[in-house]
Amino acid sequence: MAETVLEAANVTRDFDISRPLLQRVLSGLPRQTLRAVDDVSFAIERGTTLSLVGESGCGKSTIARLAVGLYRPSTGDIRFEGQPLSAARAQASLRRKMNMIFQDPYASLNPRWRVRDIVAEPIRAFNILTTQKDITDRVGQLLTGVGLAPADGEKFPHEFSGGQRQRISIARALSSEPDFLVCDEPTSALDVSVQAQILNLMRDLQQRLGLTYLFISHNLAVVRHMSDRLGVMYLGRIVELGHGETLFRAARHPYMRLLLEAIPDLAMVGKSRTPVGGEVPSPINPPPRLPLPPPLPPRQRPLPNRKTHPHHHRPHRNRLPRHQRRAGVEGKQALLFLEKKKQKNFTPAARSTPDLLPRHCKESL
Amino acid sequence: MALLEVEDLIVEFPTRRGVLRAIDQVSFAIDPGEVLGVVGESGAGKSLTGAAIIGLLEPPGRIAGGQIRLNGERIDNLSPDRMRPIRGRQIGAIFQDPLTTLNPLYAIGRQLVETMQTHLPLSDRDARERAIKWLEDVGIPAARQRIDAYPHEFSGGMRQRVVIALALCAEPRLVIADEPTTALDVSIQAQIIALLKRITREHGTAVMLVTHDMGVIAETADRVAVMYAGRIAEIGPVKDVVLTPAHPYSEGLMGSIPSLEHRVERLRQIDGAMPRLTAIPQGCAFNPRCPSTFARCTTERPNLLHAGPTQAACWLHAKGAANG
Repeated sequence: MAETVLEAANVTRDFDISRPLLQRVLSGLPRQTLRAVDDVSFAIERGTTLSLVGESGCGKSTIARLAVGLYRPSTGDIRFEGQPLSAARAQASLRRKMNMIFQDPYASLNPRWRVRDIVAEPIRAFNILTTQKDITDRVGQLLTGVGLAPADGEKFPHEFSGGQRQRISIARALSSEPDFLVCDEPTSALDVSVQAQILNLMRDLQQRLGLTYLFISHNLAVVRHMSDRLGVMYLGRIVELGHGETLFRAARHPYMRLLLEAIPDLAMVGKSRTPVGGEVPSPINPPPRLPLPPPLPPRQRPLPNRKTHPHHHRPHRNRLPRHQRRAGVEGKQALLFLEKKKQKNFTPAARSTPDLLPRHCKESL
Repeated sequence: MALLEVEDLIVEFPTRRGVLRAIDQVSFAIDPGEVLGVVGESGAGKSLTGAAIIGLLEPPGRIAGGQIRLNGERIDNLSPDRMRPIRGRQIGAIFQDPLTTLNPLYAIGRQLVETMQTHLPLSDRDARERAIKWLEDVGIPAARQRIDAYPHEFSGGMRQRVVIALALCAEPRLVIADEPTTALDVSIQAQIIALLKRITREHGTAVMLVTHDMGVIAETADRVAVMYAGRIAEIGPVKDVVLTPAHPYSEGLMGSIPSLEHRVERLRQIDGAMPRLTAIPQGCAFNPRCPSTFARCTTERPNLLHAGPTQAACWLHAKGAANG
């Protein structure tokens, strides 16, 4: 049984988005919070990739920040290599085992530093190597490892293209010899041909160094290419979590199917689709409670466990009430409708039901 | 006859270090009602081509050669005063960011009415009724109530619908859509593409769809032009370019896109990066990255050659070429 690197149990993160105190008192407004991540549980095994996918505002970047300790969870528990994350972060020897790659390689590199100093910063911060010569050698190795030349260390970030900058970010992330990398949309700012280079590099490094990735992306095709396991997020919750390929072949949650159907793909040449209408509701004003979808199979254990569910884990209905409360009015109707449409005995009598259905859905009837 | 003809278009930027040629002898045509996709990496010149057609090149950029003809009449050398009635009435434009396209200080209805009245002889009342019809057409719920709302009261997807209505309300025969779905989430993106397809088909509008997303092109376009370093590398029916590309660059580009349909162990990658405009190599611009370069590629620049159903700017397809 593989060892768990990062484990999150029932993690919730709220943000206070209230107006300033004085305004609030003057206009009699209550305190307002936004639940960015809502009761999320997952575990990542060593040497594997867990991807989180979802639309803007679904909370995936908040999870990335929670996972490396940039945010603290409001409630719930995150453990890194068996220790609570806050304790792990307090020890330099464990803290250096995790690192992060950011989305925008134009913003994440200090424009005033030479590349060699950018890459060496974690080495110096953790006192991994002390002599200047060792550090120079190591930086050279790291740059070679990501497909750049040791001589590139003398240059400044502005002398590189987007793809090369992302390679520098990866070299910096690897310089503290981490086990665990959180990659928040590492290729979203890049062109497709460069994206392919970076994705291939990340897979090679994973195989060579045994890295564990938490990979955040909104691009399902990229996610399919990268992940062993996959979590689909919607309004702060993981609505489906399972073995990547299984999910792609037989997604069970209607939202995942909706996402899959929505994405233009090269294989779609000359075919057309019926997009599902509606938009993700705002997490600030989550929509009111709606009828629950059909009950899901009961869950045995509080955390995903491959023994009981070899390839697929789906949270139990009792653990999901808020998601079901939160799927938007339109979204929920659309999801229910999709479900119904797939059933064999679906009759157009149901036509009267989806009055709230977005326009495109109705047209597809 | 083709609706839009672009012939040997050259766009240049004079700089202190010399003249940069951002678009180099690009030629293509769009038929009435046709959707032409234009793809390429950032800096390949696809947005500039669109900007040159609608006469919105940012100075110091300028058209340095070639012709652009709409319905057989040249529009590349018109004065701004004579271009203005064409832009909007004959050629509509949809840009990437719906928030910056709309004026935040005017209600959306007012913007639609203003656009229509500029180009069409309509009374205030008729224009308003038509604006409501357009909003309904692009799928804005409760259009009659929403017409006096301001752009910030709409979500990104809804705003892009308004922008589409705005581009089409004067019933142009050609729309230039520059990355219309890039700023949107995937599920919204699908809605907008479907909308654009439906509306342009209903009105028989031709579309030049500029995007870096091959998936969007595959699904929407009739023909596609692949641009590389300011030139068209390959142009042809979308099915052929996507499934059996003739130019090594389009082949690499298609291979580097991860697919939803099947998983591969390694993505095919094109090593290196597109050259900067200051350092375009001799001969074919793609030759340093091309897996099948031979002598002629480094000396002579290829023009579009027939390559089966498509046309590719590659010496591999020259008659009697040293291929094989």
